Amino acid sequence: MKKKVKIDVKNLNLHYGTFYALKNINMQIYEGEITALIGPSGCGKSTFLKTLNRMNDLIENVHIEGSIKLDGNEILGNIDVVELRKKVGMVFQKPNPFPMSIYDNVAYGPRIHGIRKKAVLDEIVEDSLKAAALWDEVKDRLNKSALGISGGQQQRLCIARTLATEPEVILMDEPTSALDPISTSKIEDLCEELKKKYTIVIVTHNMQQAGRISDKTAFFLLGELVEYNSTEQIFNKPKDERTERYITGRFG
Amino acid sequence: MSKRRKLTDLILKVLIWLFSLITVGFLAGMVIYIVSRGISGISWEFITGNYNLYKGETGILPMIVGTLLLIFTTIIIAVPVGVFAAIYLTEYAKQGLFVKIIRFGTESLAGIPSIIYGLFGYIFFKNTLNLGFSVMSGALTLSIMVLPIIVRTTEEALLSVDPGYREGSLALGATRLQTIFKVVLPSAMPGILTAVILSMGRVIGETAAVIYTVGSVARIPAFDKLLTSSVRTLSVHLYMVALEEADFVSAFATGTILMIIIAALNFAANRLTRRFINGRTKGLGPTI
Repeated sequence: MKKKVKIDVKNLNLHYGTFYALKNINMQIYEGEITALIGPSGCGKSTFLKTLNRMNDLIENVHIEGSIKLDGNEILGNIDVVELRKKVGMVFQKPNPFPMSIYDNVAYGPRIHGIRKKAVLDEIVEDSLKAAALWDEVKDRLNKSALGISGGQQQRLCIARTLATEPEVILMDEPTSALDPISTSKIEDLCEELKKKYTIVIVTHNMQQAGRISDKTAFFLLGELVEYNSTEQIFNKPKDERTERYITGRFG
Repeated sequence: MSKRRKLTDLILKVLIWLFSLITVGFLAGMVIYIVSRGISGISWEFITGNYNLYKGETGILPMIVGTLLLIFTTIIIAVPVGVFAAIYLTEYAKQGLFVKIIRFGTESLAGIPSIIYGLFGYIFFKNTLNLGFSVMSGALTLSIMVLPIIVRTTEEALLSVDPGYREGSLALGATRLQTIFKVVLPSAMPGILTAVILSMGRVIGETAAVIYTVGSVARIPAFDKLLTSSVRTLSVHLYMVALEEADFVSAFATGTILMIIIAALNFAANRLTRRFINGRTKGLGPTI
């Protein structure tokens, strides 16, 4: 079965000032799959992730060349980043719910995109929280502060908040690195569920996690994409020696 | 060794206690002294009466009205300007020479003696803009004076907002402006309220700049001339009754009322901040 290419990256180069952070990346991310980005700290995987929704725009002195196409449309250069970020949602390393109620957190995205009707918002909030497997735990305290729930619940709330804007792609930047094992496994199960509807790109430091949940794995090292293949291939028969050394834990 | 350590520990502890006592003691002593000397002068007529020496009236109602009028006018002018300037400096301006110059400017502004603001306000607002001795002249002058406090405090408050909130909002497709108004500013609100309290404090305590611009007419202004009339603030009144009439009972009584007003404003602002924080963290329990 031939999957559809969702994101097509060609000759991507990125500089932070004089630092050459991403070196000629070519990569195709497929629809409905989980793609894991692995590699040691500072290898460029998070930087790469943030080019996919243009979050690097926030940093001064970033210079990007090359092409990234989402469904065939160029997303680098002069485009409406608001529209892009609506389609490409993001979940961060540290759970970052806003200091407002659980309801308002989930309704934040729809509200800024112009939805005002209470009934519509109610439905979006409920659907998003259900999709993030959080509804049953918080349905009785939707009006309570989001800062009062546990870290794992906060992260699922952030996922629900992302889902509420109806994205097509979800980027996750080490979403479980601040969480305990039980919360982590809940998020991993959730990813399996979400990939039926969404394309997921996840940065992780946890090799087992990449092995457990991803369909494809990309190994980054010093700003280069060393190897990109099905997760099975990468973990069982890596082609590059550096990949093998990294996944067997000999450096990193 | 251990014995020596215990001794140094004890000496330091005693010193810390002593110095805190001195600080609190002076403050408490001053308050008690002022109140004890002023309390005999405070009566219902004193607080609600008019001031007219020829008729023998020594009430301070006009000064209370004048003080509150000046505070609110100044805050209404200075807070929006200061907050928006801080937003520009932290959220929009490219951090570089230009911002450094503005920051240096605001900081220098904070160190200028108030009499110079008074002189400037006198020449520029009163004379050049022909606003005369009036609440408006004074509020504009004092706005410039408190602007550095508001800008700096708001900047600090904005910078201390968790960067995760900004990222989270932008990643949901919010524009920069939406992010600032819906997430960043509300989180920075306690800091901004602090700026407001500090500014009110400076306005209340100011005399030099006020005499030069607001004047010292001890009368409640007509309702249609609230901003164009000259008024007298409590601090200016205090200065005048003490130095020109040598009426120290009135002076200390005025000082007592002044302290009560300051305490009330602080209390109100504190309550406002707390209510605001609680509103945003409902259900968190009493810890925050």
